[in-house]
Amino acid sequence: MLEIKNLHATVDGVEILKGVDLTINAGEVHAIMGPNGSGKSTLALVLAGHPAYEVTDGSVTYEGQNLLDLEPEERACAGVFLAFQYPVEIHGITNAYFLRAAVNSKRKCQGLEELDPIDFMDVLEEKLDVIGWTDSLMERPVNHGFSGGEKKRNEVLQMAVLEPKLAVLDETDSGLDIDALQAVAEAVNKLRSPVNASLVITHYQRLLDFIVPDFVHVLARGRIAKSGGKELALELESKGYDWIKQLAGV
Amino acid sequence: MTKASEVRDEYVTDYEAFSRNGGPGVPQWLEDLRRAAIQQFSTAGFPTSRDEQWRFTSVSRLTETRFAVANGERPALSLGEVKQHVLEAGKDQCLVFVNGIYSKELSSTGGVPDGVVAGSLRAVASSGSKRVERHLAKYAKTADNPFTALSTAFMSDGAFLYVPQNVILGEPIQLLFLTASAGRPVVAHPRNLIVVDRNAAASVIESHIGLVDGTYWTNAVTEAVVQENARLHLYRVQREGTRASHTATTQSHQRRDSNFTLTTIEIGAALSRHNINAVLAGQGAECSLYGLTQIQGNQHVDHHTTIEHAQPQCNSWEFFNGIYDDESRGVFTGRIVVQPGAQQTDSKQTNNNLLLSEGARTDSQPQLEIYADDVRCTHGATLGPIDERALFYLQTRGIESEVARNLLTYGFGVEILNKIEIAELREQLDELVHARLDEGAERRRAAR
Repeated sequence: MLEIKNLHATVDGVEILKGVDLTINAGEVHAIMGPNGSGKSTLALVLAGHPAYEVTDGSVTYEGQNLLDLEPEERACAGVFLAFQYPVEIHGITNAYFLRAAVNSKRKCQGLEELDPIDFMDVLEEKLDVIGWTDSLMERPVNHGFSGGEKKRNEVLQMAVLEPKLAVLDETDSGLDIDALQAVAEAVNKLRSPVNASLVITHYQRLLDFIVPDFVHVLARGRIAKSGGKELALELESKGYDWIKQLAGV
Repeated sequence: MTKASEVRDEYVTDYEAFSRNGGPGVPQWLEDLRRAAIQQFSTAGFPTSRDEQWRFTSVSRLTETRFAVANGERPALSLGEVKQHVLEAGKDQCLVFVNGIYSKELSSTGGVPDGVVAGSLRAVASSGSKRVERHLAKYAKTADNPFTALSTAFMSDGAFLYVPQNVILGEPIQLLFLTASAGRPVVAHPRNLIVVDRNAAASVIESHIGLVDGTYWTNAVTEAVVQENARLHLYRVQREGTRASHTATTQSHQRRDSNFTLTTIEIGAALSRHNINAVLAGQGAECSLYGLTQIQGNQHVDHHTTIEHAQPQCNSWEFFNGIYDDESRGVFTGRIVVQPGAQQTDSKQTNNNLLLSEGARTDSQPQLEIYADDVRCTHGATLGPIDERALFYLQTRGIESEVARNLLTYGFGVEILNKIEIAELREQLDELVHARLDEGAERRRAAR
């Protein structure tokens, strides 16, 4: 599904990613761990197409096409989704209005008819059912005045509604209490299927107790320093990131 | 002698002629008010940029053109032309004014409940109404603003509304001020007085609409008196023609436990200056001022607001959003005065401005004058282009960048439009806002 080769990326002229290699197949959940500043969020934003990041070398192939050639909205239509570490607040626009605009954009590029507000509510309720939430946040402006937990929940809800093929979750666990963390993880687990894949980025091993990955990669200084199965996360937890820094020779 | 002072003198001369013509039948108290006002204007003259209150707004459009007093010029308008501007809600309590003068033929007052007065100010004033004499020109001060002085000097018509004690009006009263072709640049001075008596409640829509694209000037003053425990929601829609100038004062005066909301939408005119003065003159009163400006081209809109907390335990909420495209220019001044003894004042002011182009500009200045110590006053202002983070966020959800840009801009507008409790009015303005956004997106696509 996704093949990243020797990816180098800079922001404001500073190189953050220094040759990332990663292959993700349909049905897999990959976790990326790493110390602060190792380039985890940069990788997520480069995949989503953030304009501030410049790819200076390497390639990203997604479902046979060059992902880096696509605008952020084209990537979304192709099935790439990023759950933001810091979801953005939007004035005035309700969550329901926003979600419908997003769903209709996707339907448009799939050649489907747009949904009117009533049909959309049916779709929305179905998704809310799947992840077991109520729609109390629907009539509030997007992320405006939401608690940290509500913002992260809202990211997962968007993911549920947009049904991506490749979901990148950027520190969706940070700042959550244990109940919110469990709720978010449960929702992500329910959305797992043999045809889609997830890339879960986290600083802490704790999330991986709830979202059990097939593969764990450790990012350090802009490179994947070590890859392994889910047990790697536990090893990291006990040995700490200094161990990885030594492995990475930094 | 400078140009502006020559023009000033011409208006003073005009006044003499106006005063002679409108002489018979005008009560002495009104004659006295007018004369004092023209003297005030004669002394003050047109404001200049040296005047602190007019630093960011030039009125040269008003001094470079000679505007004739529109009084008496009555272009023929058909009911059909008027009807499209009348909302279904309260359509039989709609007062129509053409070039500042009440038109009985175009108005529809069959739905006005017994006891409620809704009619021409000129007619009510000359019938010897004590109520008009008690309230007219008692709140909007001629010394505060030369345009208020001009309004008082030249006032000849407008709406007078009186809602008696305990009457709750179900439907809004509509005041429609239309400017139609007069063949030469004219100025109209529509003057409104709204009195909502104790325990009564009403909503009023004051719309200023240009039916012509020519140069004209509207100088409007509305005084609203909200008596004890009464409620008034005043909607004000400024949709003047593209070459028009609009100067206005909306002055409210509130008694104990009353509630006043002003929702003002500024879309039209080349130059618009709207002074909003809200006085909380009774304990426990609350006022909310909401404003939306959406302009483009070379349009200029200036909101100059003052909220005076004169008594304790009053609340005021002020929330103004501006959307500026092309070379347009916005100004917002939010002055809040808390008088000595006005304890437990709670006041919040927000002014958010969105600049859609490099050439657009806005100035925002809060001015807090607090003379009491047990007070909560907060204020905040933002100005800048579309938030790039938000834009990227929407794009990652599949929304094309130009659509995303419009969605974010619309969010700015809808924050204020949501304050409109009359669904039909809200939907009508929503469409106007959307139409402007689509035009803007179209221009940007074409420019690429």
